[in-house]
Amino acid sequence: MSTPAVELRHVWFSYGGPVVLEDVSLTVRDGEFLGVVGPNAGGKSTLLKVMLGLLRPQRGEVRVLGRAPVAARRAVGYVPQHLRFPPDFPISVQETVLTGRLGRTRLIGPYTRRDRDIARRVMAEMEVADLAARQLGTLSGGQLQRVLVARALACEPRLLILDEPTANIDMRVETEIFELLRQLNRRMTIIVVSHDIAFISAYVGRVACLNRTLAVHDTAHIDGPLIDALYGSHVHAVEHEHP
Amino acid sequence: MSAFLHALGQYPFLQHALLGGLLASVGCGVVGSYVVVRRIGFLAGGVAHSVLGGMGAALYYGGDPLLGALAAAVLAALAIGLVARYWREQVDTLIAAIWAVGMAVGILFISRTPGYDTELMSYLFGNILMVTPGELWLMAALDGVLLGIVALYYKALLAVIFDEEFATLRNLPVTALFLLLLLMVALTVVLLIQVVGLILVIALLTLPAAIAGHYTHTLRHMMLGATALGMLFTSSGLALSYGPDLPSGATIIVVAGLAYLASALISRALRQWRARRVAVER
Repeated sequence: MSTPAVELRHVWFSYGGPVVLEDVSLTVRDGEFLGVVGPNAGGKSTLLKVMLGLLRPQRGEVRVLGRAPVAARRAVGYVPQHLRFPPDFPISVQETVLTGRLGRTRLIGPYTRRDRDIARRVMAEMEVADLAARQLGTLSGGQLQRVLVARALACEPRLLILDEPTANIDMRVETEIFELLRQLNRRMTIIVVSHDIAFISAYVGRVACLNRTLAVHDTAHIDGPLIDALYGSHVHAVEHEHP
Repeated sequence: MSAFLHALGQYPFLQHALLGGLLASVGCGVVGSYVVVRRIGFLAGGVAHSVLGGMGAALYYGGDPLLGALAAAVLAALAIGLVARYWREQVDTLIAAIWAVGMAVGILFISRTPGYDTELMSYLFGNILMVTPGELWLMAALDGVLLGIVALYYKALLAVIFDEEFATLRNLPVTALFLLLLLMVALTVVLLIQVVGLILVIALLTLPAAIAGHYTHTLRHMMLGATALGMLFTSSGLALSYGPDLPSGATIIVVAGLAYLASALISRALRQWRARRVAVER
């Protein structure tokens, strides 16, 4: 029996106003592909930030890869929802991916040959190798998301956490990215937040439904009434809230 | 122009001035690139202006004004950096306060120090023609420190200014690196005060880097381009001001400002021209 990738026990969190996470308990098994769904402001990003150690819950316990979240960070890759940066920011695709090596490589001096080899390998894996010299701000939305996944893979993670990786890209690219994630899942645990429960059900093994409280379902058991109960209305109304 | 070149061969003070401009350009190119990319121009302006407090105090107590400036710049940078980190809502107000109060303290000290009114003008607007060999050595040393820091921390600083959250998740010492960046700004301000004065520092810290940014795609190239442009502006400003006996600092800034305006228009036109060409080819 291996250590769970993530274990939350009775976690409560609030930013100071209303409760965002209420008594959330969740065990993510090693090697699992877990989807997290729920309405906007339902606490999905907050849940990820608790797992990453960026936020500390007021009550409850969090263990990631058997350790405290901050101590586990080195082995966790993270893909943010919206990376905001000025389009003229002077950084290339390769330099962006290389930043994933930080924390694994020396702090002082340039990147090592090994860092560059790993960056090259993960860029090839995410099919962005031919973009290596491009300025990051010139990429399309789909290309950018692939680069950000490559950056997370450069961390050599055992756990990969993605926050709505396909929120701003079209269906075809979304399918391509999830096919790549399916392959990655053979060697690492993946947690992916999405607003599109119907789409991710085809890929993930279990779905955690989060709307302040959390309930986990096997994807085989997801049906209309469950979705309606989660979102409190018809699911299409929720999809359209995303700009 | 030929009169300037002739004089340059003749007068050591002019050679020192030219060398001072070249030395200052290294700092302004390297650190200016960070200032432009991280968009901390206002913050750098606060550091630059508040150093008058340190210079005034040094004058009053009989110390070296440039060392007073160095101390004040470092203090102001750390204060602003810590506020920007831990008290974000108030950062604008606090930078403005440090900016103005620093200057006010400087004026008070200088008003109590007899016979230094002319020096006040040279602190505010620079006097590169008065630069001494000792100050040139100090400038070279500051350049050495700045280049050393960038050589050691280039990749970590780039990661922090690009995506602070991700840098935090990679366990980088994000706050320490941000403060290091502000310390570099403080050193550069002191470097540039001799050349253009503390009021005009902010232009030399941003304009060359901003122009370089129009044509480069990596931070490294931006730094190189900004350094070269800084050297061009300080040298040509000095040469242009020499004949008609204009204030050199102000001339340098006007040259840089005009170049920035031209570059902004040119790079815009270039972008539109490229976009049109792509559309026609389709």
